[in-house]
Amino acid sequence: MANIISDETIEYVGILAKLELSDKERERAKSDMGRMLDYIDKLGELDTTGVEPMSHVFPVQNVFREDVVTNGDLREQMLANAPEEKDGMFVVPRTFE
Amino acid sequence: MSKQYETVIGLEVHVELATKTKIFCGCSTAFGAAPNTQTCPVCTGMPGSLPVLNKQVLEYAIAVGLATNCEITRYAKFDRKNYFYPDNPQNYQISQLYLPICRNGSVEIETEEGGAKKVGIHEIHMEEDAGKLIHDEWEDCSLVDYNRSGVPLIEIVSEPDMRSAGEVIAYLEKLRLLIQYLGASDCKLQEGSMRADVNLSVREAGAAQFGTRTEMKNLNSFKAISRAIAGETERQIDLIESGQKVVQETRRWDDAKGESYAMRSKEDAQDYRYFPDPDLVPVAVSDEMLERIRASQPEFRNEKRRRYKEEFGIPDYDIEIITQSKHMADLFEAATAICGQPKKVSNWLMGETLRLMKEKETDAQDLRFSPEHLAKLIALVDAKVINGQVAKEVFEIMFEEDVDPERYVEEKGLKTVNDEGALRKTIAEVIAANPQSVEDYRNGKEKAIGFLVGQTMKAMKGKADPAEVNRILLTQL
Repeated sequence: MANIISDETIEYVGILAKLELSDKERERAKSDMGRMLDYIDKLGELDTTGVEPMSHVFPVQNVFREDVVTNGDLREQMLANAPEEKDGMFVVPRTFE
Repeated sequence: MSKQYETVIGLEVHVELATKTKIFCGCSTAFGAAPNTQTCPVCTGMPGSLPVLNKQVLEYAIAVGLATNCEITRYAKFDRKNYFYPDNPQNYQISQLYLPICRNGSVEIETEEGGAKKVGIHEIHMEEDAGKLIHDEWEDCSLVDYNRSGVPLIEIVSEPDMRSAGEVIAYLEKLRLLIQYLGASDCKLQEGSMRADVNLSVREAGAAQFGTRTEMKNLNSFKAISRAIAGETERQIDLIESGQKVVQETRRWDDAKGESYAMRSKEDAQDYRYFPDPDLVPVAVSDEMLERIRASQPEFRNEKRRRYKEEFGIPDYDIEIITQSKHMADLFEAATAICGQPKKVSNWLMGETLRLMKEKETDAQDLRFSPEHLAKLIALVDAKVINGQVAKEVFEIMFEEDVDPERYVEEKGLKTVNDEGALRKTIAEVIAANPQSVEDYRNGKEKAIGFLVGQTMKAMKGKADPAEVNRILLTQL
């Protein structure tokens, strides 16, 4: 494996992804991520001069909606999956600014 | 202070667009609905839902770009900005990083010294707004309302070209006016449809390098912006003078306390890992679309100023005030088209309207009376159906409720009494009841007639033509 992922990197990625990893999971994630980067390096061997970066797999562009209201009140359905609700709102742990 | 410092300011301005629906779904954007009644799988981030771009958002963004002299990106894309916060149900905000819709623009502002200055616009991009968090006072939790989630925004990023609070306000007013004229947003700072984040740094006058900047949020009035700029400038200079360093961070302005405090430092995980949104296809702006938007750009303030001068011949001062708001300019033009008396329409706007706006703290764009009713009121005065004083009273009601002045005058019995017999009778009574004033007048105290006119008007409950009262009084004395 050419790419060695450091403990700091895996820690940082964990913070960004809001994941808490056990020691065992951490070692596995380090090795998985190393292998992924090896694969990306492989792609890097290709000559892509003059190739536009692709942002979409199909050659489609300009898919629009008209500015017309099509949805009614779907609150009940939207709240159906909420672990907890109060006064028609989703309850979440208290946030601080 | 021995050293001279220069303040360097750039702005990030978020503007909520005046579309009927959200940016990527058919939910209504109407303000004030019950929590979560304007939500769907797309704007609550349900897995498998598919966003589709609202065409009007693109057209407004391009229109604002053209009005601010930007280059329009002919091939634009959307990107995901990843972060976790409960107001953001997808765990990413759909925004534009790599190919924003507009770039390299500028607007011209008037400086306090009266000169003109260009403020560069780095870019304008389209993005979606987040939901609203309400903190529960009773339980240790927060509540989320996603009605605002997915409401379309444009973010206008300026170059660091401003050097004072005055320039910042002039820039914001210029943007607000352009956008209001386009009808792309009402741009109300207090209600959050226009929000400005201030990026500010200080440096010694003449220094080539910029200092370290901070970003300030939560500025919801022009006054708060001015105070925050003064406060942050002072804070940074104090740090530098005492040998400390300015830390690059986001600060929240507390306008009540008049100070800011750090929200989060850029060092702790401000890593948004942007990447192209695979759910949204790219946008290719055709020549046809660009030309159509260019052709339908409205008449902006400078053009209106010129036309009003030529077409209506009203004073420059009136033109300045009236064109300061698109809504007032529309009112003026519509009422003038009906009654054909620009100066009289302008007088109502410059006089009573401005007075009541100040008294009732009303924004020009919230004026409720219709041009038809204003034109009718002018006609009523012209035809001497009501006198000027009564007209002012009626206008005050129109200002509040937009009543039809004709019907109102009829219902409340406010018409001027044109029955000369009745008027003469009242005048005779007033003369009989005020011998001293009559005597004074006959002895050359001309002012005494004013008192007698006043007494007659009072006896007539204000419903007489003062000029007519004056005329008859003179014949009787």
